[in-house]
Amino acid sequence: MDDLILNARQYGNLLEGTLVTIQVIVGSFALGTFMAVVMGVARLSDKKWIRQAALVYIEFARGISAIILLFWMAYALPILFGAPSMPPMLAGILALGLNMGAYGAEIVRGAIQAVPKGQTEATIALNMTDRQRLRHVVFPQAVPIILPPYGNLTIEVLKGTALVSLIALNDLARVAQVIRQNNVISDSPVPLAILYLNVLVIYLILAQVIAQLFKVAERRSARRFGST
Amino acid sequence: MKPDNKRTGASVAMRQVVKAFGENVVLNKLDLDVDPGEVVVIIGPSGSGKTTILRVIMTLERIDEGTIEIDGRHLYHEQKNGVLTPASEKHIRSVRSDISMVFQHFNLFPHMSARENVMLAPMKVKGMTEDEADVQAQELLNKVGLGDKLDHRPSELSGGQKQRVAIARSLAMEPKVMLFDEVTSALDPELVGEVLTVLRELAASGEMTMMMVTHEMGFASEMADRVLMFDRGQILEQGPPDKLFKDPDHERTKTFLRAVLSH
Amino acid sequence: MTRWDWDYAWEITPGLIQGMLTTILATLLGITVAVILGLFLAIGRRSDRKWISYPLAWIIEFIRSTPLLIQLFFLFYALPLITFIPEPIRFLSPLTALVVGLGVHYACYCSEAYRAGINSVDKGQWEASTSLNLKMTTTWRSVILPQAIPRALPPLGNYFVGMFKDAPQGSAITVAGVLFVARALQSADFRTVEPYTIAGILFLIVSIPAAIFVRSLERRTFYET
Ligand SMILES: Nc1ncnc2c1ncn2[C@@H]1O[C@H](COP(=O)(O)OP(=O)(O)OP(=O)(O)O)[C@@H](O)[C@H]1O
Ligand SMILES: [Mg+2]
Repeated sequence: MDDLILNARQYGNLLEGTLVTIQVIVGSFALGTFMAVVMGVARLSDKKWIRQAALVYIEFARGISAIILLFWMAYALPILFGAPSMPPMLAGILALGLNMGAYGAEIVRGAIQAVPKGQTEATIALNMTDRQRLRHVVFPQAVPIILPPYGNLTIEVLKGTALVSLIALNDLARVAQVIRQNNVISDSPVPLAILYLNVLVIYLILAQVIAQLFKVAERRSARRFGST
Repeated sequence: MKPDNKRTGASVAMRQVVKAFGENVVLNKLDLDVDPGEVVVIIGPSGSGKTTILRVIMTLERIDEGTIEIDGRHLYHEQKNGVLTPASEKHIRSVRSDISMVFQHFNLFPHMSARENVMLAPMKVKGMTEDEADVQAQELLNKVGLGDKLDHRPSELSGGQKQRVAIARSLAMEPKVMLFDEVTSALDPELVGEVLTVLRELAASGEMTMMMVTHEMGFASEMADRVLMFDRGQILEQGPPDKLFKDPDHERTKTFLRAVLSH
Repeated sequence: MTRWDWDYAWEITPGLIQGMLTTILATLLGITVAVILGLFLAIGRRSDRKWISYPLAWIIEFIRSTPLLIQLFFLFYALPLITFIPEPIRFLSPLTALVVGLGVHYACYCSEAYRAGINSVDKGQWEASTSLNLKMTTTWRSVILPQAIPRALPPLGNYFVGMFKDAPQGSAITVAGVLFVARALQSADFRTVEPYTIAGILFLIVSIPAAIFVRSLERRTFYET
């Protein structure tokens, strides 16, 4: 078993990297969820131009690959705005969040459409505003439908966070690369297979944590809204 | 009655057969002998285990205890140095080649035409050439009255036509034992007749042993050599249709027949 | 310095298109590996033998929940050092490593799509095959898969598009795809706006029509019984 283990300093480095990865996933999740809700609702707007604007965003942010979007955000966008550079953390969160938002918007749209029409009609009968209708009637019923695919999407975004290592953010993936590079000058090099297996297992654990969090959320929402 | 030069089917011998689903003992030490070429109709209340008898003979369910012999060959066992041991899949396959089953819901292959449904097994299992299999398929489909539907997909056929294709598909394997599980009960009433006509011909030919579960009592009394009344995993009584339908020994049989015939 | 230089943009476009072709090639090879390997994984997962089906389920879950990028690093940097593996398997060229990485990663997704397709085939089809005494291989080949695969096509199409978007990760292991070319231009010419913007546009030109085509697949009808 000893062979599968790295030394304490390396685990320390990996832990620091993991914390950065967690920051990236939390930030991307927040931005992505915001975009998913806004664009998912916009896709069902009464106004044609809003629907179309949302569609353009979704097609664009899904069609361009996350990694290309990331490099564009990190290196092209700042120049276009006349700035020298953008902090890599911000670029990473922007790229992954916008990408996630596009996929999430489709999930949100589908879930809203799955809420029975009669519910909307009831809110009209109660003279609610559109906002009240969404907030108090539609969303609570859409959430249980959204959660399972949204959990999968979040795990996909977690996997995507490894890409920020390529724009020089010191996340988990980058730490692994640095350890690999230091190997060359080190007198006790780490077997790389062991190094990467350790890193993969850390990602696996993070993914399982996300999956469990979503399971808890699903159970809760089932209890709150599932009694029809 | 049965010409000598014809196939006459195989015998079926079930000894002390037990089949349970969890706690639910469905076949309870069942003994049953069927002669070569015999037409046996199985009746009985719902859940009594009629389907299960056919399914264990077809090896769709494996038995828990007892033995089944087809034409004197063990289905689930092999003799090894004089000792009866559980059979290999290979052995089961070899004995199973004598048996075929027609299902309530046809189970035709939806991605193949009627002709292809009938051709598949002879080509893949018996190694027939495509031409041979095609000739045979046309013959059989003609025999069941579907000579004009050769290239129709199952979705383009009526229930009665589907069931006749399914029968032709089984016949193509020249089984010695054929099992029929309520093959007309998924059909619209006006389509039952065409399937029964085919079954009647098969039964009259005496070419194979037939075991059928059916609620068509008229058909049973006309064609069956023997009727088995089944109840709670056991044969309650059995006999020629005249006796069993007109003068059953058991009260439960009377009640059952009254209930079925009143429909 | 102008923010967008048309002359420079025209000058670099052929190289970026060349890179794009490499990215597309990797995707085509990768999806071929994925759809074939995925099918075997799906069939293996249905095995009655637990020592086959359980580890497979576990491996699929592991590969699916970890980043492709690290898997590529593993194939490219770690694998050559594992000395008990025969040399031709150990030393993968960058493109081969990318194709294997994409192929295996997406095979795990494809296997789920196949599995759903296989499970949706009626139980009666297996029973009819038994009653015709078909061999297991015939049952799979002639009865089950012809019904299961059409149902798996829409998700497989989505994975195809998804793989295309992941293929630029090959740049991290020196595959000369579109992103690699853009990064090379960045370090050679110190220009970023044109290379990355053109790379993005090239991507959209391929992936949006592809996605629309895949969505049209989803509307096809399938065999009824
Ligand atoms: N796969 C199975 N798993 C568990 N229980 C089963 C299974 N198949 C059959 N059974 C049970 O076995 C018993 C006998 O079923 P079977 O289908 O043989 O009855 P049947 O006589 O054919 O009834 P019916 O007239 O309704 O078709 C029933 O209690 C049924 O619930
Ligand atoms: Mg039954």
